[in-house]
Amino acid sequence: MSDGSGQQIDLHFVVNGQAVTVRCHPMARLLDVLREELHLTGTKEGCGEGECGACAVVMDGELVNSCLVPAAQAAGVQLRTVEGLAAGGRLAPLQEAFLHCNGAQCGICTPGMLMAAFCLLQHNPHPSEEAVRVALAGNLCRCTGYAKIVAAVARAAQEGGDAL
Amino acid sequence: MPLVGTPVPRLEAPDKVTGAACYVDDFALPGMIYGVTVRSPGPRGRIRRIRLGDGIPWEEITVVTARDIPGDNVVALINDDQPCLAAEVYNHAEEAVVLLAHRDRALLERARRQVHLDVEPLPPVLTIDDALAAREVIWGTDNIIKSYLVEQGDVEAALREADLVVQGEYETGAQEHLYIEPNGMVAVATPEDGVTVWGSLQCPYYVQKALMRLFRLPPERTRVVQLETGGGFGGKEDYPSMIAAHAALLSWKAGGVPVKIVYDRTEDMLATTKRHPSRTRHRTGLRRDGTLVALDIDFVIDGGAYSTLSQVVLSRGTIHAAGPYRCDNVRIRGRAVATNTPPRGAFRGFGAPQSLFALERHLDVVARAAGLPPEELRRRNFIRRGERLAVGQQVRDGVDLPALLERALQVSGWTERKNRFRQENQRGTIRRGLGLSCFLHGTGFTGSGESHLASTVALEGTAEGRVRVLTSSTEIGQGTNTIFSQIAADALGVGGEIIEVPRPDTAAVPDSGPTVASRTCTIVGKLIETAALSLRQQLLEEGLLPLPYTTGDFQAACAAYVRQRGALRATARYQPPPGIHWDEVRFRGDAYGAYSWAVYVAQVRVDLCTYQAQVEEFWTVQEVGRVVNPTLAAGQIEGGVAQAIGWALYEHVAWQEGRMANCRMTDYIIPTTMDIPPIHVWFEEAPYPYGAFGAKGLGELPMDGPAPAILNAIHDALGVSICRVPATPEVIYDALSREEALV
Repeated sequence: MSDGSGQQIDLHFVVNGQAVTVRCHPMARLLDVLREELHLTGTKEGCGEGECGACAVVMDGELVNSCLVPAAQAAGVQLRTVEGLAAGGRLAPLQEAFLHCNGAQCGICTPGMLMAAFCLLQHNPHPSEEAVRVALAGNLCRCTGYAKIVAAVARAAQEGGDAL
Repeated sequence: MPLVGTPVPRLEAPDKVTGAACYVDDFALPGMIYGVTVRSPGPRGRIRRIRLGDGIPWEEITVVTARDIPGDNVVALINDDQPCLAAEVYNHAEEAVVLLAHRDRALLERARRQVHLDVEPLPPVLTIDDALAAREVIWGTDNIIKSYLVEQGDVEAALREADLVVQGEYETGAQEHLYIEPNGMVAVATPEDGVTVWGSLQCPYYVQKALMRLFRLPPERTRVVQLETGGGFGGKEDYPSMIAAHAALLSWKAGGVPVKIVYDRTEDMLATTKRHPSRTRHRTGLRRDGTLVALDIDFVIDGGAYSTLSQVVLSRGTIHAAGPYRCDNVRIRGRAVATNTPPRGAFRGFGAPQSLFALERHLDVVARAAGLPPEELRRRNFIRRGERLAVGQQVRDGVDLPALLERALQVSGWTERKNRFRQENQRGTIRRGLGLSCFLHGTGFTGSGESHLASTVALEGTAEGRVRVLTSSTEIGQGTNTIFSQIAADALGVGGEIIEVPRPDTAAVPDSGPTVASRTCTIVGKLIETAALSLRQQLLEEGLLPLPYTTGDFQAACAAYVRQRGALRATARYQPPPGIHWDEVRFRGDAYGAYSWAVYVAQVRVDLCTYQAQVEEFWTVQEVGRVVNPTLAAGQIEGGVAQAIGWALYEHVAWQEGRMANCRMTDYIIPTTMDIPPIHVWFEEAPYPYGAFGAKGLGELPMDGPAPAILNAIHDALGVSICRVPATPEVIYDALSREEALV
C-alpha cells in the first residue's frame, strides 16, 4: 500500500511456512501487507488501534495485533495467520472444536480468536478456563458472550493434545 | 431423522474458521477505487459554501454533492425527512455532505481534509428536555416525531383509591452496536446498466428501495447482494442504505468504476445509528396485598435528527412498557422526540429493553415500599392465559409465568444465596446481591406490520436433485442458514445435505422481509415450512415420489420433474394467524401473534473500593416456543445477555455537542471474556402453532431482561436504588454519596 511518499523496502519473511518477499513502505501496517500484498484476507480489521484483536496473528510464537505492527518489524520473522491453521486440506483440532461448539457466529472475530487460542495452546497445552479467558481477553466478540468460544478452546485442548 | 430440535452445526462455519469467508472488506472488483465522506462540523447549521482547498489534484478525484443525485435526495424508512447528502442545512454532527473517490487512499485522506465547509451554526436541540420544551423547533411543529397513547380503565381514580402510590424516573443511555465488522459497501452504477451493490447488511430490500428512489430506477435495474456480514444487531438495518447510496453515487459520477466505501471504526461510531436513549416516569398504585391497581407510564425516547424507524421502536417500547402483568387501569403515553444528534435506529430489542428496564427496576422499588419480596410482588400480578395485556390483547400462549419464576428461583438458589450474602455483606469491602426481572417479547413486526410486509419465500428443486431455499433473510451470525436448512429438510422429509441456502441477492430471491424483529426463524421459517410442503405435494401429485421415500428418492423425483416439466418451484406468502386483529388508529388489539416469556436472575458483586459492579453469575429461564437448534439458540441467549450486560454496566456513549466523544474501542467499553460470567440457559418449550415447527421469536428477548435484573441486584447488594444505565462506577459512587449525605 502506498502512502504517497514513494519510499519502499523489500521485506522478507515466512508466512504459514512459505518464504515471501514483499515490496512495501517500512511503516505500512503488517495487516495491510498481509491482506493487500499477500491476499491473506482471513486476518480482519475491526478497529485499527489494537483494541479488538480481529487482526491478531502469531509472529515468532507471540500473539500480535497486526494493525499495530509496522511492516519493517516483520523482517525475517515467522508468521502464522488463520490460513495457516488447516494443513493438507484438514482442519486443525482447534478449528474443528469451533465448528462443534458454535464458537463462530458472525465469524468476523473468529480468525483473531483462533490465533489467540492457537498461541495459548502452543505455550500451555492444557490451560484452565481462567487461563483461556485471560488469553482471549484482548479479542472482542459481540455475538457469542464468549461461552462457546471458551468451550471450543477447552475442547481443542482436551482433544487436540500435541497435534495442535 | 428429524433435524429440528437438534444441534446441527452452523453451515457456513468452515469458511469462517479458515478465513475463506468473504466480507465486504475482502471483496474487490477489477479497477475498484475507494470512496470517503466529508461530514458536517457541528450539530445544526446552514451550509453556505463548499470550498475545495489547495494542493490536491481535484481533476483526478470524483466529487459528489447533493446536486449529483439523479432522483430524490432522500433515504426514507417511514418519512421523507432524511437526505442522502445534506444540501442547504445539516441537522446533526457527522452528517454526510460531500463524497470523494480515488484509487489512492492516502491521497483521498489528504483531499478529505481539504474540503472546507463554510457554515452558519444554528442553535441545537440536544436533550429530551430541550426537545419537549420546543424553544427551538427542529422537527415538525413540536419536535415530536410520534406519540402513542394506551389507555384502559380509569388511572386517576385508581391512583386516588390506591393504598400505596410509588413514583420513579428511569433513564437509559444510547448504545453502540459495535458489530466487530464496520459497515461497508461496494457499488457499480451507470445510467445504462443501473445500480448493483454488494455489502454488509441485514435487509436487502430496504437498500433496494432506497436506491430506486435516489436513482429513479426500476427494481430490475437495482440489485443488492449481501456479503458475509460480521454482525448486525439492528445496526445494519437502515444505515447500509445510506452507504450503498454514497458508493453508488460515486460510481455513477465516475462512469461506472466500482467504488468501495468501508468505514473505519471511528467513522462507524460517529456517524451510524445507536440505541435510542430513553426516560420513563412511573406512577404505580397498589392495594395493601400488593395487587397492582394502576400503572401510569410516561415513556420518551430520543430519536435523533431524523425519524428513521423511531416510530416503530416507540410502538414496541410502548406496548412492552406494562410488561407481563395484569392491571385494570393502565395509561402509557409514548413519545419519540427529535434532537440534533445522529439518528437512532434499530438495536436488538427495539424499544422494549428501554421500557422494560424502567418497569422491572421500578417494581423492585415498589416491592420494597409495599414490604414484599420482589418475586412475591411479581407473582401476585403475573398475567395468565386468557387475561388481557394493556393493549387489550388476550393472551393465548400456553404461558405459565409462576412456573418460569419458580424454576429461576430454584436453579439460581435464590433463597440460599440471598441469606448467605446478607451474612457476608456485614464485613469487608465486597457486597453481593441478587436481582431478577420478568418480561416478554413480542414475536415479529408490531401490529399490522407483518400483514403489510406480506413476505414471500420460494423453494426451488434443481435438476441435480437439490432444493434451494430462496429468501431475503440474511445470515448475520444468528444462524439463518442453518435453521432454514433444518426447517426445509424436515418439512420435505429429506436429509439436510440436499438443502442449499444461497446468499440473498435481490435479483434471485423473493422479498421475505427484513432480518429484524426476531421474525426470521418463526415467521420466515414458517413460510419455508409451508412452501416445502407444497413442493413435496407437487412431486406426489405428479406420481414422481413413492411413499415412503428416501432422500435419494426425493432427489430422483426432483430431477425427473425438472427434466420432464421444467422449473420446480413452490412459494408461500404470509397470512396472519386467524383471529388476529390490530387497530392501528386506536392502538389496540393483538399487537403480536405471540410472545416469548422469560425470568432472568443476576448475581452481582460491587467493590466498595472501586465502585465497580460485576456480574458473577447469570441464570436465564425462557419460554420461546419450539427450539429449532438448541446450540444456536443458546448462542443467541448468551450473546444477548452479554450485550445487555454491556448496556447495563459499561457502555456509556459520552455526548459532546451532539457528537459521540468516545468514538473508539479504547474508551467505549464492551465486555471481554473477563467481564462475562457463566450464563445458564434453560428453555421451556410451548409450541406456537403459527411459527416454524412451533418456534417463537428468540433473538431479541435476552436483551430485555439483564439490565433491570443487574440493577435490582445492585439495589439488593447496596440498599441503594440506581435508576439509570449504564451503572458505571461513577454512577454507583454518586448514588452511594447521595445516600450517605441523607443519613
